[in-house]
Amino acid sequence: MADHLDDYMNAAASAMALPLEEAWRPAVRANLEVSLRLAKLVDDFPLPDDVASAAVYST
Amino acid sequence: MSETSASLSAAEIAQAVSSRKMTALAATEAALARIAAHDKVLNAFTDVTADRARAKASAIDAALAAGQPIGPLAGVPFAVKNLFDVQGLSTRAGSKINRDLPPSPRDAVLIERMEAAGAVLVGALNMGEYAYDFTGENVHDGPSRNPHDPTRMTGGSSGGSGSAVGGALVPIALGSDTNGSIRVPSSFCGTFGLKPTYGRLSRARSYPFVASLDHLGPLARSVKDLALAYDAMQGPDADDPSCIVQSVEPTVPLLANDVRGLRIAIAGGYFQQNVFPEAVEAVARVAKALGAKRTVELPEAARARAAAYIITTTEGAALHLDRLRKRPNDFDPAVRDRFIAGAMVPAVYVDKAQKFRRWYRAKVQELFQSVDVILAPATPCTAPKLGQVNFTLDGVELPVRANIGIHTQPISFIGLPVVAVPVPLEPLPIGVQIITAPWREDIALRVAYALEQMGVVAAPAPRGL
Repeated sequence: MADHLDDYMNAAASAMALPLEEAWRPAVRANLEVSLRLAKLVDDFPLPDDVASAAVYST
Repeated sequence: MSETSASLSAAEIAQAVSSRKMTALAATEAALARIAAHDKVLNAFTDVTADRARAKASAIDAALAAGQPIGPLAGVPFAVKNLFDVQGLSTRAGSKINRDLPPSPRDAVLIERMEAAGAVLVGALNMGEYAYDFTGENVHDGPSRNPHDPTRMTGGSSGGSGSAVGGALVPIALGSDTNGSIRVPSSFCGTFGLKPTYGRLSRARSYPFVASLDHLGPLARSVKDLALAYDAMQGPDADDPSCIVQSVEPTVPLLANDVRGLRIAIAGGYFQQNVFPEAVEAVARVAKALGAKRTVELPEAARARAAAYIITTTEGAALHLDRLRKRPNDFDPAVRDRFIAGAMVPAVYVDKAQKFRRWYRAKVQELFQSVDVILAPATPCTAPKLGQVNFTLDGVELPVRANIGIHTQPISFIGLPVVAVPVPLEPLPIGVQIITAPWREDIALRVAYALEQMGVVAAPAPRGL
């Protein structure tokens, strides 16, 4: 998995023309790991297919 | 003079100016003197707009002498987080990069509304870079410092706002709150803070962070001052598409209304986990004073916090994508690395987070059919030391930065109004969130006012100056 995530980071940075210097990589990777762990928590929650994205409250 | 007016609230200054016991210019000079005396320690201000403030104050005094109306905040000094546009200043938003922006041609709408009510802008305030921060630290400007112990954090990202008000340099400051950035510094610095309902106050001409979560609001040293500022800033504004209110709903006349009969509950489950004893004590004191015994559970609060995190990191990254490409070395490295990681989060997760937000919002709104007010900690702890990376809770070492906002994020995620109230524990204050249903800022302010009258909550005199 570790190698896959590094591969993914390289591909994503290249596709978006984002800089990713070697010195930054450990911190970027650590942040991405946290995001993906939290994203899984959201992803695991079953939602109806017809739910709409949130909007502002109406007065 | 400066020490005398430091103890005056905004309401008292306005009263003194209106009744000609004090001039607006004297109140302004006193604030400028306090800033000159104490900001070397606090580092709350990044800009002091002394000439502008003196001109505005003199104009108020002239209007008063001419018998013209001068407004409910006449002569009250205030300052704003430096993501608000201030005419003539580049809106730096805590960054190095934005200093290259041209000077703003016009003030943010909330500054215009505060000044229309007679308030006097005295400067712009330190903040975490691009508001992606819970500590109040800033690598470009240095950290804002806690007025009760300058070796400690102010909390962020409205750190200068908390420091300036907690340190009594000004009675009112404006901040922004995306995930807790008004409530966290209010908690650490011992001030009152209001994060209104999402869409209540216009964000026009302020620098954004996460448009779907950004709120603006006031910090103050008393509930009346908080309500005075809030009332002055209300109203529709076509320049902010999320600002959908049609009318002004004044809260100052309602503050003293009886709070008996309100159904008040304590947030359980998630909100009682990962808290230090001082946060437990603060919530218990507030609950006891209000006679609140019932506990309610906000469903899936941990998932709500996770979804807020995902929306924040991705929307923030999208905002700064081009700057990350062109000027990556001009960011705070820690902020840059978070944004680059945010840019790499797949879009499907963002969509799911926004859809989960709809579900969670509906579930929490159901809760408000049986309660009027929910109490929760504002922060899990009192202010950590500047630069502190970890704290130990129940024998487990946890990162400070990631855990400061765990109790605020699930609330702002669905835009609920909150008043953060300071419980003046020793040696450091800590905040409690008074959370109400959408558009019921009036109830949160009434409860905060009642607690203040009971002596349970108060902005303590700065202990570190």
